[in-house]
Amino acid sequence: MNMNIIGKPLTRVDGRTKVAGKARYAADFNQPDQLYAVLVSATVGLGRVREIETAEVEEMPGVVSLITYRNAPKLTYLPHKGVIDPAVGERLHVLQDDTVRFYGQPVAIVVADSLDHAEHAAAALRIRYDAQRPMVDHADQQVARIVPEAGGADRSRGDADAAVAEAAVKVDEYYDMARENHNPMEPHATIAAWSGDRLTLWSKSQFLMNEQAEIAAVFGLPTENVEVICPFIGGAFGTSLRTWPHVTLSALAARHVQRPVKLVLTRKQMFFTTGHRPRSLQRVALGATPDGKLTGVVHEGTGETSRYEQFTEALTAVTDYLYSCPNVRTQYRLAQLDTGTPNHMRGPGEASGIFALESAMDELSYKLGIDPIELRRRNEPQIDEAEGKPFSSRSLMRCYELGAERFGWARRSPEPHSMRDGRLLIGMGAATATYPAFHAPSSARVRLLADGTAEIEAAASDMGPGTYTSMTQVAAEYLGLQLEQVRFRLGTTDYPPTPSHGGSWTMASVGSAIRAACLEAQSQAAQRAIADQNSPVFGVSREGVEWTEGRLRRRGDTLPGLSYRDILASAGNPIEADGFARRDPEIAEKYSMHSFGAVFAEVAIDPDVGTIRVRRVVGAYGIGRVVNPLLAKSQCTGGMIGGMGMALMERTVLDARDGRPVNAHMADYLMPVNLDMPELEALFVDEVDPHVNPLGVKGLGEIALVGTAPAIANAVFHATGKRVRKLPIQIENMLTA
Amino acid sequence: MNDKSDMAHAARPVASTDMSRRDVLALAGATASVSVIPTLLDSTAMAETAVASITVLVSFTVNDQRQQLNIDPRQSLLDVLRETLDLPGTKKGCNQGACGACTVLVDGRRIVSCLTLASMHDDAQIETIEGLEKDGELHPLQEAFVAHEGLQCGFCTSGQIMSGLGCIAEGHSGSPEEIQFWMSGNICRCGAYPGIVAAVADAAKRS
Amino acid sequence: MFPFTLEKAGSAEAAIAAAATGARYIAGGTTLIDLMREEVERPERLIDINGLPLGGIRVEGDDLLIGALARMADVAADNNVQRLQPLIAESLIEGASPQLRNMASMGGNMLQRVRCPYFRMLDVGCNKRTPGSGCAAIEGINAGHAILGTSDYCVATHPSDVAVALVALDATMRVHGPQGERSFPVEDLFRIPGDTPHLEHTLLPGELIVELRVPGGPYARNARYLKVRDRASYEFALVSAAAALAIENGVIREARLAVGGVGTRPWRLRACEAALAGKKPDRQAFEEAAELATEGVRPLHHNAFKVVLLPRTIVRALELAGEVA
Repeated sequence: MNMNIIGKPLTRVDGRTKVAGKARYAADFNQPDQLYAVLVSATVGLGRVREIETAEVEEMPGVVSLITYRNAPKLTYLPHKGVIDPAVGERLHVLQDDTVRFYGQPVAIVVADSLDHAEHAAAALRIRYDAQRPMVDHADQQVARIVPEAGGADRSRGDADAAVAEAAVKVDEYYDMARENHNPMEPHATIAAWSGDRLTLWSKSQFLMNEQAEIAAVFGLPTENVEVICPFIGGAFGTSLRTWPHVTLSALAARHVQRPVKLVLTRKQMFFTTGHRPRSLQRVALGATPDGKLTGVVHEGTGETSRYEQFTEALTAVTDYLYSCPNVRTQYRLAQLDTGTPNHMRGPGEASGIFALESAMDELSYKLGIDPIELRRRNEPQIDEAEGKPFSSRSLMRCYELGAERFGWARRSPEPHSMRDGRLLIGMGAATATYPAFHAPSSARVRLLADGTAEIEAAASDMGPGTYTSMTQVAAEYLGLQLEQVRFRLGTTDYPPTPSHGGSWTMASVGSAIRAACLEAQSQAAQRAIADQNSPVFGVSREGVEWTEGRLRRRGDTLPGLSYRDILASAGNPIEADGFARRDPEIAEKYSMHSFGAVFAEVAIDPDVGTIRVRRVVGAYGIGRVVNPLLAKSQCTGGMIGGMGMALMERTVLDARDGRPVNAHMADYLMPVNLDMPELEALFVDEVDPHVNPLGVKGLGEIALVGTAPAIANAVFHATGKRVRKLPIQIENMLTA
Repeated sequence: MNDKSDMAHAARPVASTDMSRRDVLALAGATASVSVIPTLLDSTAMAETAVASITVLVSFTVNDQRQQLNIDPRQSLLDVLRETLDLPGTKKGCNQGACGACTVLVDGRRIVSCLTLASMHDDAQIETIEGLEKDGELHPLQEAFVAHEGLQCGFCTSGQIMSGLGCIAEGHSGSPEEIQFWMSGNICRCGAYPGIVAAVADAAKRS
Repeated sequence: MFPFTLEKAGSAEAAIAAAATGARYIAGGTTLIDLMREEVERPERLIDINGLPLGGIRVEGDDLLIGALARMADVAADNNVQRLQPLIAESLIEGASPQLRNMASMGGNMLQRVRCPYFRMLDVGCNKRTPGSGCAAIEGINAGHAILGTSDYCVATHPSDVAVALVALDATMRVHGPQGERSFPVEDLFRIPGDTPHLEHTLLPGELIVELRVPGGPYARNARYLKVRDRASYEFALVSAAAALAIENGVIREARLAVGGVGTRPWRLRACEAALAGKKPDRQAFEEAAELATEGVRPLHHNAFKVVLLPRTIVRALELAGEVA
């Protein structure tokens, strides 16, 4: 162990590649003899394809093939249920029948010799439908609300409803959060190339292993016949966790035309076939004593799902463990709509649920006349009361203290509508952030080369957090090498399997596997040295040697010792070691493991025209060990900007008549631009968690967004005295303030 | 970074120069004009060929290299860079002028390459991200983007850097606030704006 | 995109001759290429007019003359524009993005098409795109749509910012056409939809915008453009207001006011202007005048907030103009 590379604020090892424009994303892997495919999306929200005028399009210049359900091959679709797929239901089988289940569903694919030819032909294709009116409005009373069959939807301790009813002080409100689309900058893209019955996919994916397995299942191939390559991801935020229909279609088209095919979704298509954060409708009821002790908490939430799959997320889960309260009831339901299946989007479930809970806590604080932070302090639990287990670590109040200090919370006047800067109304709000500290089974490989450097491989991904860099740090740390002596490779299914790149578990999972592989490689190197007659440690017992800073010595020896290069030079062949890591089930049984944070926001609102400017956001987080503070801060400030989008801008608007998103355009689906950026600060409390995983890391990508939206909404209330329980909060909501 | 990532160097100019049978027929009556974009003075033949897709000859300089191309007039500058010239550093984020990922410099001005036809840039000097590195040395703005964490996923980065060059050249980099205003044509979904502003400010100071 | 031929205009006369027989002008292309890709626009012939010498900006007496091919960015950065007509510069930099402003010409800006999402969707009715096919927005999602100048045929908002400023400032435009040259107020370029929303402007076939003329006035330097939107930049206006005040001895002598984001064309508010004349430039006078702006509004299902926001935006814009006066 080196103990100084982990924790260093290093710049990105792939920074140079990226700023030089040399990082290759899925659509950048043009293949020889490649054709271009364009998807045709259904223009009705529910119904059947009645008639397709194929002849004219097939004759258009450059068109090589037009594939619809009529001429598409029947695909095998062996059962495949990746850990990322909804537990209940079956994925969309594309071009296998005439059914249209949602607006924008792929109904045809055009393959042509150039993008312009393919686009023009796709636009010319005339399709007639037998259309019905889809149900897409979650708030419509006629929508069927079901108990998710996967279970876990209801939790209860004590009698929460009675406790709320009898409480001296109560809040009981409804919250409505808009559907969002991930909108990474990189559109989904796949280039598919067959060689016999082997398929190579250069495809945007956060979960290469699953994409490989799923496509193999869809086409009835042995898994190893499919290779998925994705060295860089242009942002994803969850949208590339699943393997969506376009991946299947690109492979199908490539097989059909016997040439490599490139398929890139249009920005508009990114709004309907690649998942979305479901709109949520929630009720939170809080009961408290006059001195602010929670006596009852009820949290009921409904998410959206499609008709063919039950997508679930942890909408009400945080309410089970966040605060101390003897009577808590949470309930989760699904509204089945005629849309594509939603999927996880940064901070899934938790980010939506916490908006409702933390808004309600803020409301309660005003009713009680207790400072919002003090209210949280009075309800800080000693253990996870839902599970009856201790937290592996919990630094929430330290986060509030650190954040409040830095933010200047003491300058906040408690009354709403009481702070001004000139003509602007100023508001300050705070909210709790939390997210589970997951750890999924992962593997990795280390290769020690004769020159003393190391190669690390894992089928992992880097959608922006800096996996390349942080994993290199982990390997350098445990091997005792300099950063430059380690090359970390990811992004192909040829490498050892890893879990999906999401859920803030990449460092916990892949990092722990790399650590294990490094320790194994060191062990093998030591054994080789011990067995080498010419080595100064020849014949020494395994316990009699130790590694310090990448050199092997007899324990307690002060001689320079042996480097990897020294050891490998004598033997020649490199050392290759595989590592595997998973969470110890005993530890998992014993502890409740979550990250916590406190987010503070200051807003300035123009009382005349209602514009809301976020001026400052400060977030303090307890996330265990921070592998790279520079990248971690970027993650956090980026998450805050994402949270700003959630609070003030983002909303996918559907036309109820046919379910089409009317703002499927980056000029109309608003996300923060540079000028919206407030002063941002991310802080980390020192937190040592010996339980979560050997690295002591709790994950960051999700919690970086969670908590920002309620902090901003609470600040808006503080500024104006007007509580908005619907996100996004926009100018039109401020005009009556 | 990854040995697999080098596999795509085999990319070739797209098929837009290969005319389909129908195109050839449509062109039969017209002479293959050497003139770059036909002007009105010699456009008498144009009306007859209006509907079919014909190719035009265009020549411009990309990163100091002269390019002479026979292209479909519909091709955006972005598609020509990415698909024909194998310069995929310039990214297609929305193809609608609403994100800035495809920003390049044309005759020194930053523009979005998705909303302009390549065939309208005869004789232009085009600079893309691939042209900034000289003799293995990154441009100071590229260095600054790494040093100040002006990127995360990297997909908007080429556009941010090209836009940043424009921003500095225009004299709009005097303060962080000014940079924020004049860099708002480039969306970064990862939210790397603090680093982007710092990088542009730093490079502006040094230039 | 439909195939087309592209011709380079050798002269204005040649360009006009071609346009008179059905060819379309293309300059910056930021609207046209976008809509061609969506196949909303399907020109068969394009005439690239970028080579024509129409990009100059000059001063003639008190008047500012802006060539139709001057780029938005260049106009905004021009010293004479900033000095004589700061409202023009301010409204320009509030529009689009720096890259788009480097591309888009002033003439093209005047002729940009509406941002109604249904206009861009070929599979729904749009009387503007396909006369007689109906309007999907009236019963659809219409938060961004107009409340003034609408009809039962079209409710789309005119998207330009600088056109609002030009209309407020009594700018005129000079056009060349097959029948020669004519000049008219910029305001008269824009038609309200009525029952012919596909007819958006009053140019005759082949006419080419060559120059904009912005007359000087005592109010020109005391003018502000306020654009209200949910995102700080790179977004079309919910409501915008161009306000200019000539104040003499503490009294408004003359006011100019036009608004954007609310009308089917840039909307001049002469009744408000008249109400301001002779008043002290204070909030009460501004509020009284602003109230007149909502006369005749026809809010739709999702855009009633604009009826509230419109007068408030006007009041703030007038206050800002008053501050610089």
